[in-house]
Amino acid sequence: MKKKILNQFLIFAFATLTAGGFYAFSGGFSNEITPFKADADNAGLKLPAGFGATKIADKIGRARHLVITNDGSVYVKLMRVEGGKGILYLTDKDKDGKYETETAFGDYGGTGITIKNGYLYASSDSEVFRYKLDANEQVMDVDHPEKIITGLKAGRQHQTKSIILDNDGNVYVNIGAPSNSCQTSDRGLESAGIADCPLLDSAGGIWQFKANQLNQTYKDGIRYATGLRNVVGLDWNSQNNTLFVMQHGRDNLNSSWPKLYDTKQSAELPAETMYMIKKGDNAGWPYVYYDPYQNKKILAPEYGGDGKIGTDNKYIDPVVAFPAHMAPNGLLFYTGNMFPEKYKNGAFVAFHGSWNRAPEKQAGYFVVFVPFKDGKPNGKWEVFADNFSGLADVMVPRDAEHRPCGLAQAADGSIYVTDDVKGSVYRIGYNAN
Amino acid sequence: MKRIILGLFIAFPFALLAQTANKATAANPNFAKGKAVFTQYCMPCHQVDGGGVQGLNPPLIKTTYVLGDQKRLINILLKGLNQEIEIDGDIYANPMPAVNFLTDQQVADVLSYVRNSFGNKASIITPAQVKIVRAAK
Repeated sequence: MKKKILNQFLIFAFATLTAGGFYAFSGGFSNEITPFKADADNAGLKLPAGFGATKIADKIGRARHLVITNDGSVYVKLMRVEGGKGILYLTDKDKDGKYETETAFGDYGGTGITIKNGYLYASSDSEVFRYKLDANEQVMDVDHPEKIITGLKAGRQHQTKSIILDNDGNVYVNIGAPSNSCQTSDRGLESAGIADCPLLDSAGGIWQFKANQLNQTYKDGIRYATGLRNVVGLDWNSQNNTLFVMQHGRDNLNSSWPKLYDTKQSAELPAETMYMIKKGDNAGWPYVYYDPYQNKKILAPEYGGDGKIGTDNKYIDPVVAFPAHMAPNGLLFYTGNMFPEKYKNGAFVAFHGSWNRAPEKQAGYFVVFVPFKDGKPNGKWEVFADNFSGLADVMVPRDAEHRPCGLAQAADGSIYVTDDVKGSVYRIGYNAN
Repeated sequence: MKRIILGLFIAFPFALLAQTANKATAANPNFAKGKAVFTQYCMPCHQVDGGGVQGLNPPLIKTTYVLGDQKRLINILLKGLNQEIEIDGDIYANPMPAVNFLTDQQVADVLSYVRNSFGNKASIITPAQVKIVRAAK
């Protein structure tokens, strides 16, 4: 008897789900993400077998980081305001897979944007704001955000602020160093490094603030990690409850130190690095860089290095070393269920693409995947999505048609990628036609 | 024999070109030497096509900085440039270090090369001009 009731219940549940599914498919539920459907040309991207891509938006401006709401709508941060607005809310109400800009708000350009516990967080290059969300994860009052952090240093270079939250009410902000290698003359010929680089007091690291306190400044925050030249891509790994960041490595080894590095060495050094960050960590900028060929930290030429001298172990090692200068701008730990099992809990990294490899050909301009197990890299990284540039070889950055920047995961397990050249937004899904 | 004639046909235009280049050397400045200076000190940031890098390193193609005020242009090399500049609605972030270790001749060579490359066409810069600007400080 019990069994019969259970069976009847299961049949009922199945019928309800099926009907619901059909209803959603026909566009009945406006609050469900549009089922993934790839463009015929996969939006020009090259992907592993079984994956497809669709361009959900185009020409929206310098699209940097983005976040997807539960119903598949998109908040995207623009580096420069368009029509005076720096945040776009993109929706797909007619469920045709192509999104429209429903609202634009926030009178500041910037890079960082994320959602946590009922709030949308967004950054300018010197401040962090948050907006309360309603049950549908829509901003309730676009004109009156809470300013939670203010007065952050923003140099002309490495000025953007990336943000991520942990599960304990803290927000982490990258404050990039306004310098290549803390030289007396930035990027100058054989210019020595400044002793005890003073920039590190207020930049070149990750700062931790409270997510729910207003008007915090440096004195209210904690320098959570230092020695990070510039971080754009970062994410919180919920498997081991730890912050991971992608550092942009230093430039100009040859043009500043031609007697120590030739143009090829300069193109291939140093590594772009992924770090697992614990409170108090020091990644070593500007004193050291990571050489992916010698597999060790090398003393920077600005501080007496010659390309070979190693350094002591007070600085942390990267967990992954990627080829030089590829500019990692997005990091995403994949927790979805749409992709095959090997992708679960692994990391996607969007490499904006290099410029500091000339006259060698440039590198990057793709999204890579790093398999992870228990919060640690587990196997070699591989190119996941390629051909954003539209070119076999990129010799000069301005020839690249698109450059990937931000990454976000939707509730259905598809991932979204921004491009900050043409302002395209891609959605990548698995096994759907 | 045929091969030799063909070889002559191919070599002849090159010989002419070389002669033209030599003539340029006799006058000042020297574009070939300017290109060498560009490749060593400018190209890593401004790129092989002078197109720069969006948001970071400004382009050298038909901009007022390159084609306009010559004194300002010479000073960018002698003193560097670390201020916000906007070209065609884009802002460029990276500072340019001074390259004042270059000789007056080298500065003249590279600026003349840049002002007549990448689609630019403008008057040459002479070592004498550079000398005056350098002396003015």
